[in-house]
Amino acid sequence: MPEASPDAAPEAPPGVPVTIDGKELLAKPGELLIAAAERHGVYIPRFCYHPRMAPVGMCRMCLVEVDTGRGPALQPSCMLTVAEGMKVDTLSERTKKAQEGILEFLLINHPLDCPVCDKGGECPLQDQTLAYGPGESRFVEEKRHYRKPIPISDLVLLDRERCILCDRCTRFAKDVAGDPLIHFIGRGASTQVNTFPDLPFSSYFSGNTVEICPVGALTAKPYRFRARPWDLEEVESTCQGCAVGCSITVQSSRNRVLRYMGVDNDATNWGWLCDRGRFGFEAVNSEDRLGSPLVRRGGQLEQGQWSQALAQAAAAISSALDDGGPTTIGVIGGARLTNESQYAWARLLKGVIGTDNVDAQLGDGLPAELVLGLPRATINDACTPGGTIIVMGPDPKERLGALYLRLRHAIVNDHARLIEVGHSPSGLSHLATATLLGQPGELASLAASLVGDGEHAGLIGDGPVTVILGRPALTSDPLDVAAAATTLAAALPEARFLGALSRANVFGALDMGLAPGLLPGRVDLDGGRDTFTSAWGAVPAAKGLDTAGVLAAAADGRLSVLVLLGADPVADFPDRALAEAALAGAGTVIAIDQFLTPSSSAAHIVFPAAGMAEVSGSTTNIEGRVLPVAQKVTPPGTARSDWMIAAELSRRLGHDLGLETLEGIWDEIRTVSAPHAAIERPGRDGTLAVGSSLTAPTTTAPTVAPPEPATLRLVVRRTMYDAATLTAHSPSLAGLTPEAVVRLHPEDFARLGVAEGAPVRLTSVATGADVQLAARADTGVPRGAAVAVANLPGIELNRLLVAGAPVTDIRVDRI
Amino acid sequence: MAPPVVKLLSSRWDDPNSHTLDSYRDAGGYVALRKALTSTPTELHDLVKRATLLGRGGAGFPAGIKWGFTPPGKFPRYLVVNGDESEVGTYKDRPLMEREPHQLIEGCIIACYAAGLSQCFLYVRGEMALAQERIAGALNEAYAAGFIGKDILGSNFSVDICLHWGAGAYIVGEETALIESLEGNRGMPRLKPPYFPAAIGLYGQPTIVNNIETLSNLPWLINNGVDAYKQYGSETSPGTRLFAISGHVNRPGIYEVQQGITTFRDLIYDDEFCQGIRGGRELKMFIPGGGSAPWFFPEHVDLPLEARPVGAAGSMLGSGAIVIMDDTVDAVAACLRIVRFFAGESCGKCTPCREGTSWLETILRRILDGQGRPEDIDALMDIGDNISPGPYPAASFEAEGLAAVPFPPKQTTICPLGPSAVAPIVSTVRRFRHEFEAKITRRRSIPVTSLSVGGSPLEAATHA
Amino acid sequence: MARFAPDTLATALEIISRYPVPKSAVIPLCHLAQEQDGWLTPEAMTHIAELVGVESAEVLGTASFYEMLKLEPVGRYLVNICTQLPCMLLGADELLEHAAHTLGIHPGQTTADGVFTLEGAECQAACTEAPCLQVNYRYFHRVTHDEVDQIVADLRATGRTTVPTKSGDTGDIPPHGTLARIRQHIPADTRAGNALPNRNIEPAWLSPPEPAANTTGGS
Ligand SMILES: Cc1cc2nc3c(=O)[nH]c(=O)nc-3n(C[C@H](O)[C@H](O)[C@H](O)COP(=O)(O)O)c2cc1C
Ligand code: SF4
Ligand code: FES
Repeated sequence: MPEASPDAAPEAPPGVPVTIDGKELLAKPGELLIAAAERHGVYIPRFCYHPRMAPVGMCRMCLVEVDTGRGPALQPSCMLTVAEGMKVDTLSERTKKAQEGILEFLLINHPLDCPVCDKGGECPLQDQTLAYGPGESRFVEEKRHYRKPIPISDLVLLDRERCILCDRCTRFAKDVAGDPLIHFIGRGASTQVNTFPDLPFSSYFSGNTVEICPVGALTAKPYRFRARPWDLEEVESTCQGCAVGCSITVQSSRNRVLRYMGVDNDATNWGWLCDRGRFGFEAVNSEDRLGSPLVRRGGQLEQGQWSQALAQAAAAISSALDDGGPTTIGVIGGARLTNESQYAWARLLKGVIGTDNVDAQLGDGLPAELVLGLPRATINDACTPGGTIIVMGPDPKERLGALYLRLRHAIVNDHARLIEVGHSPSGLSHLATATLLGQPGELASLAASLVGDGEHAGLIGDGPVTVILGRPALTSDPLDVAAAATTLAAALPEARFLGALSRANVFGALDMGLAPGLLPGRVDLDGGRDTFTSAWGAVPAAKGLDTAGVLAAAADGRLSVLVLLGADPVADFPDRALAEAALAGAGTVIAIDQFLTPSSSAAHIVFPAAGMAEVSGSTTNIEGRVLPVAQKVTPPGTARSDWMIAAELSRRLGHDLGLETLEGIWDEIRTVSAPHAAIERPGRDGTLAVGSSLTAPTTTAPTVAPPEPATLRLVVRRTMYDAATLTAHSPSLAGLTPEAVVRLHPEDFARLGVAEGAPVRLTSVATGADVQLAARADTGVPRGAAVAVANLPGIELNRLLVAGAPVTDIRVDRI
Repeated sequence: MAPPVVKLLSSRWDDPNSHTLDSYRDAGGYVALRKALTSTPTELHDLVKRATLLGRGGAGFPAGIKWGFTPPGKFPRYLVVNGDESEVGTYKDRPLMEREPHQLIEGCIIACYAAGLSQCFLYVRGEMALAQERIAGALNEAYAAGFIGKDILGSNFSVDICLHWGAGAYIVGEETALIESLEGNRGMPRLKPPYFPAAIGLYGQPTIVNNIETLSNLPWLINNGVDAYKQYGSETSPGTRLFAISGHVNRPGIYEVQQGITTFRDLIYDDEFCQGIRGGRELKMFIPGGGSAPWFFPEHVDLPLEARPVGAAGSMLGSGAIVIMDDTVDAVAACLRIVRFFAGESCGKCTPCREGTSWLETILRRILDGQGRPEDIDALMDIGDNISPGPYPAASFEAEGLAAVPFPPKQTTICPLGPSAVAPIVSTVRRFRHEFEAKITRRRSIPVTSLSVGGSPLEAATHA
Repeated sequence: MARFAPDTLATALEIISRYPVPKSAVIPLCHLAQEQDGWLTPEAMTHIAELVGVESAEVLGTASFYEMLKLEPVGRYLVNICTQLPCMLLGADELLEHAAHTLGIHPGQTTADGVFTLEGAECQAACTEAPCLQVNYRYFHRVTHDEVDQIVADLRATGRTTVPTKSGDTGDIPPHGTLARIRQHIPADTRAGNALPNRNIEPAWLSPPEPAANTTGGS
């Protein structure tokens, strides 16, 4: 049984007195003996027990002598809940003999190939054998043999000879990830872990099994044989794969990142990571990383010097300022940056240059005032036992991996109730109390049906309500989402909202003012004018353009300088044609990036940026929690931290930002931003930045016409592995992108007369652009909708979309 | 003189049609059900308690008390009927299923009524095709006659009985493994506590697990009352019990005898029963309660068939399975055979059982193959001690001045299967160490015995 | 064919309907698959997984735990000779050796013509009738060497044996995979219905406390 939830016994005494090795101590009510002992400094050896999973009591390593009044008996401390007066002896002769016996049993069939095993040096079996094992084995028989190792997925290999059958990986797969694709097979001494034939362990969370395996049975392809644990150096940091903000350690050897490991943060990831985050470290080491500035000469990007590139960029900005003023400069991106770099850029852009045409979201998010203005929830709030979780946003399993694990746990183990509002089923739908699906444009009316005397009003439970709010699809109308949020917030005044925007530090970007109309500290231009005029000297006069506006202005030739701050609008913006036209139409395009992307390769000047594991500072997660980011390796070539580039550019524009160190930047943030004022330094477990002077705008639902009879309404979702830059540059992940298909309701499927898997052409009614995909019938898709995945290699789906259009209708034709 | 034979359960076994509804009704079948429905569940439950109806599945726990362990206010509760009979030497539930399916079904219905159980799952061992067939037929007849299903016999009592069948795994007889198996899982036992079935059982709900024979007693008990029942057997073990006596006796068979007052000697030597050791040979040893029980020897034959004295003498009555071995039997070979069983049937959950039982088997096989090493005997005992620590239950051996070690064994495992593998080893090494020594050569070479398992999951998963 | 054929599928759905939680039907459905195909094919496991709503790996995990579920083809007749102690005491090892000799295969193997698979088995609950064996789980008690030869010859020739099975079975032995030839059917109109877990409904007959027979049934 999992540990009892704290609210189980409201009047319970402050602790349960138990005696461990002669010492009286107070355990928590409902606590497992093994955990209580550990909290009080008594480590009981174990293999199968894992604090974040239900105990199974399989390995028997944690046997200790326990006397509950009927004489001492060996009991598995991982399955035993503390009871008053319990006397425990973890050092008795009988305990010692049992532990030695278990280790001897575990080793008789273990290959003892430690010198060639990845786990050697950090192996619980090795360590505990030293500490608790018998001197020598009496086993003279032949050991069990298996073919080894075997790949069980594209990322994980399994050595069944080393496996000690602790049920950790299989339990994780089933109970935590909900992907029971590996399982015990066979019985007794010939039990093994394996997959179903030809059905790999293709879980988004498979890397966790490698991390929790107490021996070297499971190894990760990206790490295998790369290093020995004792050669590794490590630093604690926060994953930048998405905005959940999972705590990690970055481990490196000889200035090369070799792996990320999960760290148990009670507020966020509980130790788990998704594979995209975990194995995304490969992109850091990519050969394709930019190591020096590039400057366009005669149509070609060529390597240049920093001084030259900076001078050119400053000149372009200066002349734009001279010719047309700050509104002729637009900046998109910034969600990849640390809080400190975001702040430096915000100050450069809004304080020095004076433009408010700044947007860290790429037309795929929500208005900043909405995200920052609604009452906010933490992940733990959302996971409150007995609460109601309304997910109206992207599929957490695809976009916010660790959040999915936490939500899943709350629903499965803590009786949280899930209500989904969206356009197509998600990875949580099978656990949902209700999944309300509609076409793009129908979210507001679906939300209304949940409250008041709406059709589904009974679904929301009595407990606290959390709304996970984002865009269910790239083709969801943000106004529709905002109207739905308005409805819910009005009808459920106690409800809290957890923003589901997925780019790494997008919440930091909003907090640091990288959004039109905002300044650092969750204030708008007017609200912050006084503070920032005195801190920065000036702030923009009026609210500027968002990404769509910036791109449109650039495409129209109204923008002299377009800065891509780690943004790739060609791939990501939901209107590819506009993004391309913008790059072509802008006077000078300056990109700050780690790679040449479809967008940055069209730039005139490209600055190489340092990335994950190469910079220190902090990041802000979906909750508004400020978490530390730490440097472990040096960036390639002359690549620099983003804040240094901002400071340098500013200097060239004749303005010293005075930002010299990260600590200095942080101190400045604290003085200008009320939500950050109390956060002395971004600490290990993170600290919530609380408070906001913004109010969520009240939005009414736009009305959209139903699609023409011959057309379908397009739903474009995002998936875990797409052609996003970091994924594409991680060799282990790049091959994992799913097949590009369009899913249709079986009736529409039949009506169109297409065969399963047959190629079809999707043609945009608005633009006439088309793409070809394979067709699939799917009962989960609402009638009249067509569901496809954004940004898959070679499929330019965003060519079908028109920026700002509330819906996208398409024709589907057989080829 | 053995006490007189009374047949409460097995009187109609010779009738070739005993399994049909007509035959059962002619013999007074389903009268007990009608009678039961005129009492309240509480009255019936009380009656079963007063009768001290002991469980016949092995542990001998009183059924009436077990039914009372379900937490109040938590519903539904289920009945799971344990028809997995697989313990070595046990053969008594199968005839009850094959020949008296209606008696069993009637017992199940009464139990559900009395204990407030809303659905019944009758789990029959997979290898018993005929028992499955007979129970399926009987259930169909009973549904048609209105004895099962909705509003039974016009009452507000409704229950379905679902016939379920296994697929070959001894461990599934253990009640929590039985529940896992019934949930469609691998039959791996759950740890008690917290998973006492009466509290957290099938689908996490309160669940009563009872043996076939236990429930088959209910119709007779309801028809004839507590006093009539208690006139048979002893005070603490009333009624009759079915014993299967196999091995080297002149007339092996299943005998229904009065519990508590009949002795092993009666069963082995009496004319009513097994009529002595075959060919007039000497009794060398016997297993008193199925493969899991420590062994007894000639001086223990006067013990009564009663749990307490047998337990004090170092063994158990278990599942009513008595295996008789005469003086031709090789103690090491017999020991290995039982150890092989537990090694093969270990579910694999607990390290000591999974690794220890197969290690024991390997060593014993080596000794028997003439490849033993002198230190092997102590190794056997110490490996056993790591599976079941402390002095292991054993019969007295007066000639050597060894006193009995009372039942039950301690365990480093979740369930008693692993420790059961130690029973034959301690029993035989203690008594016949010289037979082991005689087989052990002076050679110290290390033989190669491959336990190799195949590469693909499918290869490895076949138990050929 | 390895997924369930239409009529078998109907049986499968009927079996599933008898359980409050569909996964409970996994083992009966594996048997049903063996009845159809003689062994448990990967395709059948996948189909079962779909029917009860679990992953194929979970079905394999369950199936591979149980001896009777054969993950590779076996002969039309599976001959299991019990060699556990009570049978061993009365000649089971010799009987197995004899059968192996007669069939020309080792225990664990299948004859070249695919008719017989021979296995040494654990206790079959026929200990007082030792030595015993099962052919496709039909019992033969106190079996002699000659009877083994006779059974083998009969089954090869006609599919039924003149050696009587000893516990009321007929001499017909259906091919491997078929267990009970009578299936349970719960009539829709008289079934009580599954007791779903976590619904916490107290059984009607427990309250009110009057004797159930005094109340008028089924309203
Ligand atoms: C390894 C093991 C195997 C068992 N096998 C059986 C069995 O085949 N049949 C049975 O009725 N009980 C068996 N039991 C006992 C059951 O766990 C349980 O105690 C019994 O079914 C309860 O029924 P009763 O109270 O009516 O005896 C076994 C126990 C263990 C530990
Ligand atoms: S003792 Fe053996 S059979 Fe019992 S649960 Fe443990 S491993 Fe399984
Ligand atoms: S850690 Fe307790 S049994 Fe494995």
